[in-house]
Amino acid sequence: MKRARTTRAAAILLGPFFVLFTVAMVLPIGYAVWLSLFTEKQSGLGFGGTETVFSGLDNYTAALGDRAFREGFGVLLGYCLFYIPLLLVGALALALLLDSALARARRFFQLALFLPHAVPGIIAALIWVYLYTPQLSPVVSAMESGGIGFDFFSPEGALPSVVNIALWEWLGYNMVIFYAALQAIDRSVLEAATVDGAGAWRTALSIKVPLIRSSLVMVALFTVIGSLQLFTEPLILNKGTGSAVSSTWTPNMYAYTAAFERNDYGLAAAASILLALTAALLSFVVTRFTGRKGKKA
Amino acid sequence: MNSPASRGRWMSKTAVNGFLVLAVVYMLFPLVWLVTAATKDTGGLLAGNAFSFEGFNLGQNLSDLASYGDGIYFRWYLNSLMYAGGGAIVCSLICVAAGYAFDKYEFRGKEKLFGLVLMGVLVPTTALALPMYLLASKTGLVNTYWSVLIPVLVNPFGVYLARVFSTGYIPNEALEAARIDGAGELRVFWSIGLRMVMPGFVTVFLFQFTAIWNNFFLPLVMLSDRKLFPLSLGLYSWNTNTHGEPSFYPLVVTGSLLAVIPLIVAFVSLQRHWKAGLTAGSVK
Repeated sequence: MKRARTTRAAAILLGPFFVLFTVAMVLPIGYAVWLSLFTEKQSGLGFGGTETVFSGLDNYTAALGDRAFREGFGVLLGYCLFYIPLLLVGALALALLLDSALARARRFFQLALFLPHAVPGIIAALIWVYLYTPQLSPVVSAMESGGIGFDFFSPEGALPSVVNIALWEWLGYNMVIFYAALQAIDRSVLEAATVDGAGAWRTALSIKVPLIRSSLVMVALFTVIGSLQLFTEPLILNKGTGSAVSSTWTPNMYAYTAAFERNDYGLAAAASILLALTAALLSFVVTRFTGRKGKKA
Repeated sequence: MNSPASRGRWMSKTAVNGFLVLAVVYMLFPLVWLVTAATKDTGGLLAGNAFSFEGFNLGQNLSDLASYGDGIYFRWYLNSLMYAGGGAIVCSLICVAAGYAFDKYEFRGKEKLFGLVLMGVLVPTTALALPMYLLASKTGLVNTYWSVLIPVLVNPFGVYLARVFSTGYIPNEALEAARIDGAGELRVFWSIGLRMVMPGFVTVFLFQFTAIWNNFFLPLVMLSDRKLFPLSLGLYSWNTNTHGEPSFYPLVVTGSLLAVIPLIVAFVSLQRHWKAGLTAGSVK
């Protein structure tokens, strides 16, 4: 009797979440898979409108066969290799500095470094694109008077421009996560290390970092998934004047363009699914690869 | 005082804090630029010397913002408040109810179901926007408030956080006591559980509010009626005008400044809550 009562309560409390989970996650995923297997064909001589026909994996081969799509993955790879190490090392370094006995005004630093996270991605991108634009920017003119000429909109400048915006948005956020994990370390472990004669550097690198390993993995995982979805920042650059960022620069932009500029929903769905599969594969690799080692340590 | 050891310590202290100050400068100067740039007219902005209050034009910019397009900007502002405020309250309630159920009840397949929630955390949500758009157009929901509101009510990570908070904030003894007094299960959740987990509720609310306020991709896909736009999409649409019409620059800059203020205020005043959220996410 009691058992039935609690099961009913659990069902009522979980119900709303799982209904919405089904409507807004499971159903769209299923629908995307379905869509990706069909294509619109002109019927007859092209007078009778279009009809939807089953096309198997044609949309996938079309996406993978499209140079723009493959180049998008190339850009993404470059972005991940450039951005993720910088973000992880930067956030970790800041967290360790803040956690060291030498840091002052910790609450202030934490808040100030975190604040960019409160700025919507689109606005962050707008601000930075203005700061990259030669006529508008005090930064570009300051750099020029210092003898550094850098064109943020050139082909070579595109990747650093986007990486900088993303770093600005996420560095402080992840620093706070690492800092929280560092603060949770049992202080007696650290004292023992000091008694054994380990200096601040040694303690940071061989004791603190291994102890917050699970946070590092988690941040790496979320960063990979977020990076794969890269869209807003390059879109703003693309809409800016004379940037080298094309409208299909990342796979997500490719899917968007396929859907809303070319009205090819099958191709867009296939591109989205390939991207989601990449995300699944990478999350599997990150958790598997780091999980095992973590258990031994 | 001047021993080599204390000198060395003083130098490392300066280095550590100096480095942190540099990082803060990098984080804050774009925001400072946003503030000073919002006080400039088009000519002042294009002159590039934005880090000064010379030619103070903020009042004019604000009144332009209020009057342009019959005050559409503040319509967007209200929309954003509605999407983010309404969406985040409902979403947090749903997350807290689910997290509480996962924490306090035993039922068959519980951990499998929770595993499904955790998998949901890893789904790249932008990949869902297109099929969601097509589903919404089939059901006639496209280009309505609902098309932007319904998808943001789901946050698997919020359920995960709520479960952690439920374990931490709600002692089982409190629930038992209420049950002995004869309260039904839902009553126990509503009047004991929810009240005790309130700090966790605020945390989930804050993060979801931010996520919805910052949401851009979903409204971009779903909405075509300018009257339904949130701020992010409205500012984006203005920004695409700036190339042909530089007089949009002050509107975009001043509009961005006002759009950032509520979140800055929220994060400054609710520091305990976002730190709690990031701690709960990090320790597991």
